[in-house]
Amino acid sequence: MASLVGSRVERKEDTRFLQGKGRYTADINIANQTYAVFVRSPHARAKIKSVDTSKALKSSGVVGVLTGKEIAEDKIGGLIAGWAIRSEDGSEMKVPANPPLAKDIANFVGEPIAVVFAETLDEAKEGAEKVKVDYKVLKAVVDPAEAMKSDAIHEGVDKNLCYDWLLGDRKAVDEAFAKADKIIKVDLINNRLVPNAMEPRACVVDYNIASEEITLYTTSQNPHLSRLVMSAFGGVAPENKLRVVAPDVGGGFGSKINVYNEEIVCSWASKKIERPIKWVAERTESFLTDTHGRDHVTHAELAVTNDGKFLGFKNETIANLGAYARVFGTVTPTYLFGPCATGVYVIPAAYSNVKAVYTNTAPVDAYRGAGRPEATYTIERLVEKAAMELGMDKTEIRMKNFPTQFPFKQTLVHTVDSGDYVAGLEKAKQMADYAGFEARRKKSEANGKLRGIGVSSYFEACGIAPSAAVMSLGCGVGLWESAEVRFNPTGQISVFTGAHSHGQSHDTTFAQIAADELGVPMENIDVVHGDTDKGTFGMGTYGSRSLTVGGIAIVNACKKIVAKGKRVAAKMLEVNEDEIEFKDGEFVALKSNKKKTIGEVAFACYLPGQRDEMKSPIPEGDEPGLIESSFFDPANFSFPAGSHICEVEIDPDTGNVKVEKYTAVDDFGRIVNPMIVEGQVHGGIAQGIGQALHENTQYDETGQLMTASYMDYTMPRADNFPEFNLGFTCTHATSNPLGVKGCGEAGAIASPPTVMNAVIDALGGQEISMPATAEKVWKACKSMKKSNAKAA
Amino acid sequence: MKSFNYHAPKDVKDASKLASSNSAFLAGGMTTIPSMKLGLASYKDVIDIKNIKKLSGIKVSGKTVTIGATTKHVEVATSKDVKKAIPALAKLAGNIGDAQVRNRGTIGGSISNNDPSACYPSACMALNAVIHTNKRKIDAEKFFTGMFETALKSGELVEAVEFQIPEKADYQKHPNPASRYAIIGVFVAKHKKDVNVAVTGAKSCVYIDKDLSKKLSSSFSASAIEGMNVKSSGMNSDMHASAEYRANLVSLYAKKAVEAC
Repeated sequence: MASLVGSRVERKEDTRFLQGKGRYTADINIANQTYAVFVRSPHARAKIKSVDTSKALKSSGVVGVLTGKEIAEDKIGGLIAGWAIRSEDGSEMKVPANPPLAKDIANFVGEPIAVVFAETLDEAKEGAEKVKVDYKVLKAVVDPAEAMKSDAIHEGVDKNLCYDWLLGDRKAVDEAFAKADKIIKVDLINNRLVPNAMEPRACVVDYNIASEEITLYTTSQNPHLSRLVMSAFGGVAPENKLRVVAPDVGGGFGSKINVYNEEIVCSWASKKIERPIKWVAERTESFLTDTHGRDHVTHAELAVTNDGKFLGFKNETIANLGAYARVFGTVTPTYLFGPCATGVYVIPAAYSNVKAVYTNTAPVDAYRGAGRPEATYTIERLVEKAAMELGMDKTEIRMKNFPTQFPFKQTLVHTVDSGDYVAGLEKAKQMADYAGFEARRKKSEANGKLRGIGVSSYFEACGIAPSAAVMSLGCGVGLWESAEVRFNPTGQISVFTGAHSHGQSHDTTFAQIAADELGVPMENIDVVHGDTDKGTFGMGTYGSRSLTVGGIAIVNACKKIVAKGKRVAAKMLEVNEDEIEFKDGEFVALKSNKKKTIGEVAFACYLPGQRDEMKSPIPEGDEPGLIESSFFDPANFSFPAGSHICEVEIDPDTGNVKVEKYTAVDDFGRIVNPMIVEGQVHGGIAQGIGQALHENTQYDETGQLMTASYMDYTMPRADNFPEFNLGFTCTHATSNPLGVKGCGEAGAIASPPTVMNAVIDALGGQEISMPATAEKVWKACKSMKKSNAKAA
Repeated sequence: MKSFNYHAPKDVKDASKLASSNSAFLAGGMTTIPSMKLGLASYKDVIDIKNIKKLSGIKVSGKTVTIGATTKHVEVATSKDVKKAIPALAKLAGNIGDAQVRNRGTIGGSISNNDPSACYPSACMALNAVIHTNKRKIDAEKFFTGMFETALKSGELVEAVEFQIPEKADYQKHPNPASRYAIIGVFVAKHKKDVNVAVTGAKSCVYIDKDLSKKLSSSFSASAIEGMNVKSSGMNSDMHASAEYRANLVSLYAKKAVEAC
């Protein structure tokens, strides 16, 4: 039987998605449901003096109005920060309370203050307009670079500082810098991004008065974790009385990791008003209240020798947490950022110092790549600048500092198990026709255009898991993953996974790997996820962990099925277990060549009425049934890596930047489905180009989000991209039996510096910040013309 | 969205009778409906004029192209007659918004709304259009009076727009990367006697750039306006583009339009 792993199997889920048959949260309606509309703060920072709900309660169709006062009285807990980060001085991070409904103070535009439930959506909206909130508006803190000098927005959080974190050795770095021939310096802003999942957040809550069970349908990347948080910290209901279902989810990119205010409030309120509740965010609510991404202000330096060897690296960053610290908010700018900031290079001494600050803006949390795009942007801008200042070729300087021995002990935290960075960059150079660039540049020049080429080499730590590792870094839970493989008596198989698919194609990839393990057609396999009533438990999907952690749990559970199958088949075939070989779905007795298919064995395991059979097929010590589960906790993170090369052409008259060529060569270890992996890389690159050239989140000085709709927030579109030129190298991961590495975030990690390096190359080395919008580039072109004229 | 009374009259007279200070005419609804959904606008009566047959259609006579108010952008963009008589007008319509907008949005709606960055007003100005309403005929230059303001009075409804066929014309726009409205759009039309350069997006309302028009009237060539300094005073400055950048683009796109003529 040909292996399914490695083949371009078409996506099972596309049948329903492309025919409009997906079942999303907003598609779910419960009889007698009410509609929720939230009253949100129009101010970035304001004291809530009073909330008057009397008029709203009298409004037509309104069933109930609840505020921060009631939720506090019921002792419902708030939103949480999932990772505890310590400051350099050893002190614990400062985390303010984040109640589901603000009672005394509102800290960002869009923060929920009250909620109105009504018979129809229009009546709920009308009711919400009638809730009168009396605010005392305070001066907002918006700019992260100024936050430490501004008023403290949370009581007890001095200088708005959550922590002042250090990773690495300042003294060793100082010594390395003292030996350097040259210090390369950059000042960078990693622009804030709005995740913009295609499906806005939503929840539908059904409270069963008889059983006192709450069923919450929600747009989550990790329903089990949502249940745990809502139960343990929210106190909404005991875990066994709370069922969380995340059905089809239309994209998350990290923004749907968090348990949000609305889910907690609606779950609590459904019990209170004894009615089902439906809430669906409008797009503006998504812009205002989904967790945002990035938002760093960085100064970084690289100490180099004249011949291009790297000696030391330092990174001083201010990370904007927004108004509150959320689930991955505190770890994203520290352990997901700092260790990767030294990139794919041997750098003997390094440190990353991060000050995380609170501001009156939407909370910032994990967004595709989470910390690693910021890290890669930092080091890859430095390396490119170093090449420029030293007059070296930008690929040569990288090659010179790549590790050649694996495992590679990276400077700060990670031991990278496998890789071949030289092979990746060589292949990228060849595919991109790097050598032919100068000719293409001249051609552009002849047409009055500026052409630039940019390179970036990256590695990243993903497959977020090893429980021991993450817990030592401050994670509140172990990040293993579970799976259960259930062979039904008639031969169909249900594979339950704790991972969650919101675009990652688990229905297909997980079925491919299970089909290979069990030797059955993948049509016989259903992948079941997204429901806490189905399957054991799970940590969910983020940090490119589904396959490298969740997929391996499936493999291991399948191996247990086969092991038991062997024992049963041996008894059925009346031979010893070690005389049985399992191949292509059949248990074969080696000597007699008698065989039983895995389906026959499964059937036998359920002990159907076996007329005239005196003996049970179940061996002594085994139990009937054929269901196995596994909890997989890998030995290490997974470390994909690669090199990307981009060429841009700039029209100096308009400043328009056109991405002419984009080449990506990635090492994702063994690839289960190349088509799906290419799709992941395409999506990641598109998001990265969006960050580099288009997406421009802007708050004004009062904390109003200026870019709160698609009229003002530029999403990249298909016509902004060339055909992507993709290639792969392959070194197997040693931390899991499939040899796979994560692929979901790599594109978004590698592409922003690749594109920006190309833009800056075209501009003759002139620094420009992301996004490189037409006007910014036009201004840079103008000053380039001026300085050229002067030189002439 | 607040509740409202929906009317779908069959003729202009009935539509006009229904109009009040608290009503809106609805054609494609590309601005009206989002405004109502966002709570920025609400009306007691919404008067849908799409069923009034006479308001839709394209007529070409010897010197003019007349387009009915409820004619959709896609119809103008794909009309063989328009493409032959004023190809620049078809091109302009074909680049408004996206396919969904072009399949619903109408010329009458666009000019009655007079969004400062809409495309059609520039065509009206450059092509010496006459706006036919149910009450009178208005010259384009008197029709567009300010930001989202027109000469239309309460109950007055645009029935058609009559464009003068130029010798040559072209429209060039620098789209806002987010909304794809015009950051600036320049419509250049060469008529028998003179040249009009109409600019949208740059200021609070569409206008004729007199300097550019004058230069091109005396010599219709890109070199005549090469490097001409368009003043940025009075131009919009926002997070998408500064006045200085817009001024640069006006000069540049006027040149591009002349070259494309």
